[in-house]
Amino acid sequence: MQGSNHLLWIYRVYVGLFFLYLVAPLLAAGAFAFNDSTFPSLPWRGFTLDWFISDTEPKLGLLNDEPLLRGMWNSFYIGMIVAALSVAAGTCNAFLFVRKDFPFKSAFYVLMVVPLVIPGVILGISILVLASMIANFADSQFGLFMTWLRPGVPLIVLGQFSFLTTITSLVIAARLQKFDISLEEAALNLGASRLRVLTTVTLPFLFPALFSAFIVAFLVSFENFNTTLMLVGSDAPLTITMYDRMVKVGSTPVLNAVSVVLMVGSGLLALLSVVAQRSPKPD
Amino acid sequence: MSRDAGRLSLILLFAPFALWIGLLIILPQIGIGYISLREKVGINEYEFGFKNYADFAQAAVYRNTLFRTAWISILVTMLALVLGFPISYYIAKIARERSRAALFLMCLIPLWVSDLVRAYGWIVLLRETGVVSTALVSMGVINEPIEMLYNDVTVIIGLVYTVILFMIVPLVSTMQGMDDSLLEAGFNLGGSRLTVFRRIVVPYAMPGIVAGCIIVFMITAGSYLTPVLLGGKNSSWFTEQIYNQFITRYNWEAGATFGVLLLLFTSLVVWLGLRLTGQSLATTVAKDT
Repeated sequence: MQGSNHLLWIYRVYVGLFFLYLVAPLLAAGAFAFNDSTFPSLPWRGFTLDWFISDTEPKLGLLNDEPLLRGMWNSFYIGMIVAALSVAAGTCNAFLFVRKDFPFKSAFYVLMVVPLVIPGVILGISILVLASMIANFADSQFGLFMTWLRPGVPLIVLGQFSFLTTITSLVIAARLQKFDISLEEAALNLGASRLRVLTTVTLPFLFPALFSAFIVAFLVSFENFNTTLMLVGSDAPLTITMYDRMVKVGSTPVLNAVSVVLMVGSGLLALLSVVAQRSPKPD
Repeated sequence: MSRDAGRLSLILLFAPFALWIGLLIILPQIGIGYISLREKVGINEYEFGFKNYADFAQAAVYRNTLFRTAWISILVTMLALVLGFPISYYIAKIARERSRAALFLMCLIPLWVSDLVRAYGWIVLLRETGVVSTALVSMGVINEPIEMLYNDVTVIIGLVYTVILFMIVPLVSTMQGMDDSLLEAGFNLGGSRLTVFRRIVVPYAMPGIVAGCIIVFMITAGSYLTPVLLGGKNSSWFTEQIYNQFITRYNWEAGATFGVLLLLFTSLVVWLGLRLTGQSLATTVAKDT
């Protein structure tokens, strides 16, 4: 194409500006965790790690900030439970839709995708409403106090599970589709039992997808806010604790420190899942 | 495998699916539909009818919030498409093999960072004592610090930032499949750049465009953090109203009504989008995840 050099340069500048737009807020959130000042803003007063390790006010570091640490622990164990549950359910769904034939299969497939297009806030309130209706009914009819149906960790787990299962199902089904069924037939012909074929042939093949589905589910759960906000009880996960702090105390560099930990942590996990998807070539 | 065993395994695999979709998706939606239709007339006394919806239609504040949320969401979707398309095209077609993967990965990095961190980053940059304002003052461009938060432009910038990656990912994966010879043929037959773009590139990328627009629109309309944090007290965003009714005022009937309305509205837009472009949910949204 003649005379397109100019255009190509403008194009490149645009792409460059776009990436600047992408990283600017992340850099800002990260950099001020290391500024020796009580406000996350300019001027730069020198490098410090106080916002991570200091144990005295007013610069109480992240490692000594009790509520933030508790929030982090809550997010961690909620994430592990939700990821394990949604990978298990996702595996069942993958086998159901890849291997089985049944009436109205395509309609059910659409139903499986639907949770992704329901806003998270709505998933949250609808599960809150249903759980409260059941709990009130049990209370008034049988005098049962079902505290786990009131806002709290069990409801957060259910709320996040409800849409993460769609993601894990799609990731695992994509890999199961690539599986060569003749491998299973060969193993069966050689006398292996169904269970043995599953554990020694099929599941090892699926492992990379299971692993990265687990990591994706864990990360999304850890970072989820909208659904969690509606279902949170007294044990708040990290995002809710951070949001509370932001609204009540305003921005303090300790929030920048949390941001750094979150960015580094999720970056590493994301990298791990990319590597796991790639390394053992299936063919 | 005998037919009975096949049946049994089908039932065993179907059970978790049915429990999940039934108990966590369908029943809860019926639940908010039910609550939205009942009206409190006394302690534990309810009447059924469309009173809550009528109340909504009469209250200008709530109606306007829904319209505002709707038009900002559509605007953000358009902006994300217009701004994201050249980037996706660059990654898929122009960048060299090696830098392509790196650029794509760079695009994905913010995807892995929590909404909260991203909104917080914008706050650090844009508030009155923030980086941009301070830097402009020290460079002498402006005389005193200015507040750049709490207005619509900032909310839109923040929302586009939050969602644009969900536009780029499906676009790149669709356009990567496009054969360069298609473009060459278009040019050889005398097509101008614009014609080639309009007649070849856009139709080819259509499934990606539809998927991206649907995902972006849904995420924007359902977003909470970005409008509330960057828009401040007066952001009047619809999900904020739902939260206020449910948690702050404990008015579940009104909250459920708002929830149903938001769900109906977003579903309507998605359905229209799919109808107009002749795509289906299973071939667009499900494909790229």
